[in-house]
This record gives sequence, C-alpha cells and structure tokens, in this order.
Amino acid sequence: MGRFVARRLLQMIPVFLGTTALIFFMVHLLPGDPLAALWGDKAPDPVQLAALRHQQHFDEPLIQQYLDYMGGLFTGDFGKALDGRPVLDKITEALPVTVQLALLAFGFEIVLGIGIGLFAGLRRGKVFDKSALVFTLLLISIPVPVLGFLFQTIFGINLKWVKPTVQDSTDITQLVLPAIVLGSLSLAYVARLTRTSIAENIKADYVRTAVAKGLPRRRVIGTHLLRNSLIPVVTFLGTDLGALMGGAIVTEGIFNVQGVGHALYQAINMKEGATVSGFVAFLVIVYLAAGLIVDLLYAVLDPRIRYA
Amino acid sequence: MRGVSQAKWVVAAVAVALAATACSSGGSSDSSGGSSNSAAVDPAGTFSFQSGEPQRPLQPANAMENQGGRIVKQLFMGLVDYDPATGALRNQVADKIETTDAKNYTVTLKSGWTFHDGTPVTAKSFVDSWNWSANPANNQINSDWFSDIAGYDAVHPDKGDPTAKEMTGLKVVDDTHFTIELTAPVSYFTYKLGYSAFYPLPTGFFADPKGYGEKPVGNGPYQFVSWEHNKAITLKAYDKYAGSNKAKNGGIVFRNYTSSEAAYKDLMSDTLDVLDQVDSTDLPKYKDDLGKRAIDQAQGAIQNISFAMYNADWKDPAKAKVRQGLSMAIDRDTITKTVLNNSRQPADAFVAPGVMGYKAGTCGDACKYDPAKAKQLIQEGGGVPGNKITIIYNSDGGHKEWVDAVCNSIRQATGVECLGDPKPDFKTSRDIITKKQVPSMMRTGWVQDYPLNANFLRDVYGTGAAANDAGYSSPEFDKLAHDADAATSVEKTADLYQQAEAVLAKDMPAIPLWYYKTNSGYSNNVQNVKFDSFGNPVYTDVEVKKK
Repeated sequence: MGRFVARRLLQMIPVFLGTTALIFFMVHLLPGDPLAALWGDKAPDPVQLAALRHQQHFDEPLIQQYLDYMGGLFTGDFGKALDGRPVLDKITEALPVTVQLALLAFGFEIVLGIGIGLFAGLRRGKVFDKSALVFTLLLISIPVPVLGFLFQTIFGINLKWVKPTVQDSTDITQLVLPAIVLGSLSLAYVARLTRTSIAENIKADYVRTAVAKGLPRRRVIGTHLLRNSLIPVVTFLGTDLGALMGGAIVTEGIFNVQGVGHALYQAINMKEGATVSGFVAFLVIVYLAAGLIVDLLYAVLDPRIRYA
Repeated sequence: MRGVSQAKWVVAAVAVALAATACSSGGSSDSSGGSSNSAAVDPAGTFSFQSGEPQRPLQPANAMENQGGRIVKQLFMGLVDYDPATGALRNQVADKIETTDAKNYTVTLKSGWTFHDGTPVTAKSFVDSWNWSANPANNQINSDWFSDIAGYDAVHPDKGDPTAKEMTGLKVVDDTHFTIELTAPVSYFTYKLGYSAFYPLPTGFFADPKGYGEKPVGNGPYQFVSWEHNKAITLKAYDKYAGSNKAKNGGIVFRNYTSSEAAYKDLMSDTLDVLDQVDSTDLPKYKDDLGKRAIDQAQGAIQNISFAMYNADWKDPAKAKVRQGLSMAIDRDTITKTVLNNSRQPADAFVAPGVMGYKAGTCGDACKYDPAKAKQLIQEGGGVPGNKITIIYNSDGGHKEWVDAVCNSIRQATGVECLGDPKPDFKTSRDIITKKQVPSMMRTGWVQDYPLNANFLRDVYGTGAAANDAGYSSPEFDKLAHDADAATSVEKTADLYQQAEAVLAKDMPAIPLWYYKTNSGYSNNVQNVKFDSFGNPVYTDVEVKKK
C-alpha cells in the first residue's frame, strides 16, 4: 500500500510538469496581444507598450519565460498578473470560495444521490423507483442556466427567501443555493448509477448468502450490498470533484460567485498566461489527488482489490 | 405493457420539465413603476453600483478601461470637468485658465482644495503628477496624453531611455499658479484637461506609487475606504470637498458582478441600487420591469464600419461613390428597432449627439436608407471590387447579430455579396486592424474621451492618428483640422471641425451606423439617478431614500 502511494505520488511529477508546460505554451498560442488590448479601441502608444512588454518579460524568448516561470513556481512564486497583483493572491482569494462551493455541491449530491439510488434500487419497479427515474430525468434534461434562473426567480425575487445572487462569496450560507444548482446534474447521475448497481447486486450470491446467514437487513444492505455497489459511483465522484472545481463557470456567473471558474474565465479572456497557468496547476493537483483517493477507496470498498 | 408505462413516465417528465421552464420566463413585475414622488432623503445613505474588477492600479493616468476609470473619476478632480447634462466645460480646481495664442496657458488655482490626507492641492501637485505619468518607466497606459506639452519628447522619447524627468513646458510659478507651454497651438487643450490623466497627485504618492494605486488618495468628491479584490470597492463622501459637485449621498459601493444577468436579478430584488447596463437578455422587457426607474439615453459613443482605405480596392477617388452607396443600402432604423431592441440610435453624423460641435445630419443623404440610389451610386463608382465585401468583427462583443443584419440589408438593396468575418475575440480583431491587414471592411467604434467634436474627428480620421484604423488620409481634412486646432476659441474650433466633418461625408472612409445608448435602471432605494454622456451615473447627485 505504502509503495503504491509512493509510486503514484512520483508519477504525479511528470504529469504536473507536462500539463503546466502544455498550458503555458497553449496560452501563448492564443491569438492577440494582451498588453495592446489594455488600450481598448485605441492604438497603443508604442513607447509605453514596449516598456510594459519589457516589464512583463514578454520581450524575452518564450522558452526563457517558461524556465523563469517554472523556476519561480518551485520557490512558491506564481508570477504576477497583468494588473501587477501576485497570481498567488488571486488563487488564495478564489480557491477557498470554489472549494466551499464544490464541497457543498459534492456533499449534496452524495447524500441525496446515494440515498435516492439506494431506496430506488431496493424498491425496484415500485412508485419510489419510478418517481426517482422521472426526477433524475428532469434534472438531467434541464440545463444548468435554466435551473439557476428558475431558482433565482422563485426563491430570490418572488418568495424573497434569499438574495437572488451571492453577496459575499466567502459566506458559506449564501453558497447553498448555487451549490444545489451546481450539484443537481451530478446528483441525477449518482442516483442512477447507485440504483442500477444496487438493483444488480441485490441478486448476487454474496447478498443471498448474507441473508441466509440470518444477518440483520441493516447489515446486509450497509456492509455487503451498498459497499460493493459503490465502486462505479466512486469512480464517477472522483472525476466529478475535479469538474466541480474547474467547471463551475456557468453557475458562478449566474449566482455571482467570485470563484476559480470566474477568475479563470477572465484570465483566459485577457490572455494572462501566468494567471491561467497558476490556476490550472492547482486544478491539476486537485485532479491528481482525487484520482489517487478514488484508487485507494477501491481497496477499502472491495476487499478483493489489493495494492502492492 | 411495461414499455407503454415507461413511455408514459417519459411524457409526463417532459411535460413537467416544459412547465417548469415556462414558469421562469414569466418573471414577476410587481415591483415596476416605482414611485416618482420624492421620498425623504438620507444624506449619509450609501448605494451600490454594478461594477467589475479594475484591470490596472487606481492611478489617474492608468485608468483607461471603464471599471477603474469611473472609480478614479470619483476619487480625483482635475482643473476642469464637464457638466454632466450639457458637456460644457466648467472650472473645478482651476480658478481660471488663460491663453492668448492657444499655445501658452497660465493656470490659476482656487485655494481651499485639499487631498483626502489633508495636504493642500497646489500647482506642484499637478505638475509633478503630469511629469510622473508621462514617463514610460512608470507604466501608465495614458502616458501619451501629455504629448501636446513642450519637452514631452525628452521625458517620453520614441526610442531609448528618457533624457529628462520633467517636461520643460510645465513651470510652477507659486502655490496657486503654473504655466503650460505646448509644442503647437491646440485651442481645445482646456477640454483635454478634464480627462483623468490630468488629475493632481499628493506628494506621498511619489514615494509609493504602488501602494497609492491600491489605496488611492485623491482630491475628488469621494474618498477611498477599501478595495476587496473581486468583491467590492467602497468609497465615502469627502466632507471637505471644495468642488461644485459635492456628494448628496454618503458613499458608493462598486460591487463586482460576474455577469450582467446576475446584476439585473439583484436590481429586481432591490439588492443592487444602480445598474451599469442592462444585459441583452433582459433588454426587451426591462422597461416593463422597471417602469419609471428605467433609463434610456444617448451616449457619446458611435459604432461604425470602416473601409480598409490602404487597400488598392478603395484608393481610387471614384470609389467614394461606392462607399456612399453602401452606406445608403443600410436600413439603420429597422436594424436598431428590431435586432438591437432600441438599444442604439441611428447615426446621422460622424459625431455623437450631446457633444459640443455635433450638428445633426452632417452625414447627409448618405446616412439615409435609399436602396435605389444606393444601387445607382455603386454603379456610377464602378462597382464594389469583386462585388463582395467582408466585415471583420470580434465575436465576443455581441456584434454578430447586427453585422449579419447590416450585411443582409446591403445584399438585399444592392446585390453586393456581404459577409461577416468574425474573429474569436477583441484582441485578435484588434491585432489584424492595427497591423492594417484588413482585406475589405472592419467594425470600428469610438467612445469620447472628452465631449468635443474634435475628439471624434481628428483622433479618428486625421492622417496617422492613433485610432485611424481605416488608414484614411485626406489633405483637405488634415488642413481643416489643423486650422481648427489653431483657432483661438473652442467655439471656432468646433465650427471648423464641422467643415472637416463634411469632407468625411464626401469621402466616406467609414460608415456611421448608430450611437450607443445607456440602457440602465435603478432600485426603489434611490432616486435622482441620471447618467452623463460617458454612460456613467452622476454619482454625486444620487439620493438615497430614508428607510
């Protein structure tokens, strides 16, 4: 187990280097000059543009810029954004917001999704199962923006239970509504995956054996059925956590959440190489860590899986 | 049977889904028609405004884009500013600005002006600020705004390092007097002085420009309270403000929004007080939603499509007729009403209304829709080269709809093939345009720096002007512009520029399409919200109602 973890951690190094290099060079391939765009519709003053270019080291060869950037990265310096602020500041502002939002959405989809899936799977073909099918179909087919606007209009403007948008992104109670919207699509997938898995495994030999042994129903379901049925769900959840972290751009836009998605979107728009690379580097780490945890969870869930 | 019952469920689910989505489109509008009666006003009340994160530090000559620009404008006040209603120039820190030859100016300051840190605003505050801002080493986006001043070349040379730190044209006489010498007469120089690059700076600034860029200290109607990055910038009224436009409220919160749709939702629930601009989704219904709280007025900004005059296709003088013909083939009235939801006003000149020197109808018949005449003019001019034009635009700015509409209009009226040529974003299209690589036509626009027609003309169509994207060069226009700049009064300048504008109508290097409008609104918490021709609210006049 220890060796497996160590090997996986070592594997992360080339993956990390590769992705950051890819992103760094890809951002530079984007068309347009981010500094000239600071002048808007007007032609930039060539003298000032050259001075800014020099200050940002844009006048050096690309490979030199990359080496400088990576050198800085290993000493904890993420470089500076075009507005002169350290990229690390931007990351530490946006990341906690998105982590909170993602974990809320994640918790919401796990608890409700597995709950619905479990009961639907146990009562296959009954009313609850059918209703769950309709409910999840509904969630899958409604696009996130529609759901977002619907919630805003009903709860924010008509009922006035909450403010339509997030006023303070660091206040976790305000993130509940966006988190529900953000997690709703994955909730449907989790519920369906769980349901199918449970419905299949309930007929498996080990469940019948457990029942025949006279184990209480609670134990049969909890330790034997659910645990083994969660493997496909965990695989999905692992990748989903990464998607929730980086892919919340639409939800963040609707609810005015100043998180990673929004910061990344703005940085890409302004072609801010250092900012984009910095955020992506963080997201890569999150993805890699989530992948490792999923692999380790397999062993916990299924005793047949062993890592050496 | 099983299959049937499942199909029924699907149908039911779809029906529910449709019903659910239908609900959202019929949003309530019970908050519309806010009372117009003046309620009791709380002079210490603060209000919020929809904003975004400034892209540069909050330094006067660094505020080119709107987000930082409008905040800097509240924190600082220059020698002069523009009356928000008429665009007329009025003295603020300046007591008087005198000149006899439009080249040498003597500025007299009023006494009693102070910065927010208590230090007095003196002649030195201005001269030091301008010298510092003009130096390219200080990375100010607007550092070339001082190019009229004598000695600018030494501080801001075209090549190499600056050889001086001070422009010789600026001389401090005493605390309340300084003189400005220009390299050549510019009669409307005083108009330029209202621009944010010409604001004064306190002595403390020069020791720590970066720190002051984060926590600016100015001399304007509002003083800085806090800047929470990506969240909000808070200002409060400055009680020792000496200008004529003292704040009628307690302060402003410039609140960051990730999208205009989100801001609009907040306005509907009175969570946000003043909107920047209504998003395109809510544009068709915002007047119903807001009633009397909706704002719809013209801005000092124009949308054009320009010809690549540097291409062989358009060089022949006879082609002017073709360009006029193309202009006449565009049905501006219909396009602004339908495609643009009345968010634009059809253009009848190269200068926007509300600007000093604007004369209605300078574009003449060329800006009126007349398909028959359009066809005839194009034929007389020898036709469009290749019988096809393309219009380069950036697809991230919501331009696709109207570019397609303009092309349709041209195609239907004249049979000339017209295609939009979208570029993925603003930067990419700007790159092609500034490198003068446009094959046929391009989208161009102009937002006023100061409300005088010279700004719409010389800065856009003068030979070699920074924003002359068309590459237009006309000796006749340049001469009139030159004479206008040398005139002794602003009125005379505006008059001469109107003559220069007539040359444009004849040559048609660009087709004026329409003027931008401010489509905005405000909440039930505030009143007396008006917008200036820059599209910004008159912050100091906003009144917050007592709760």
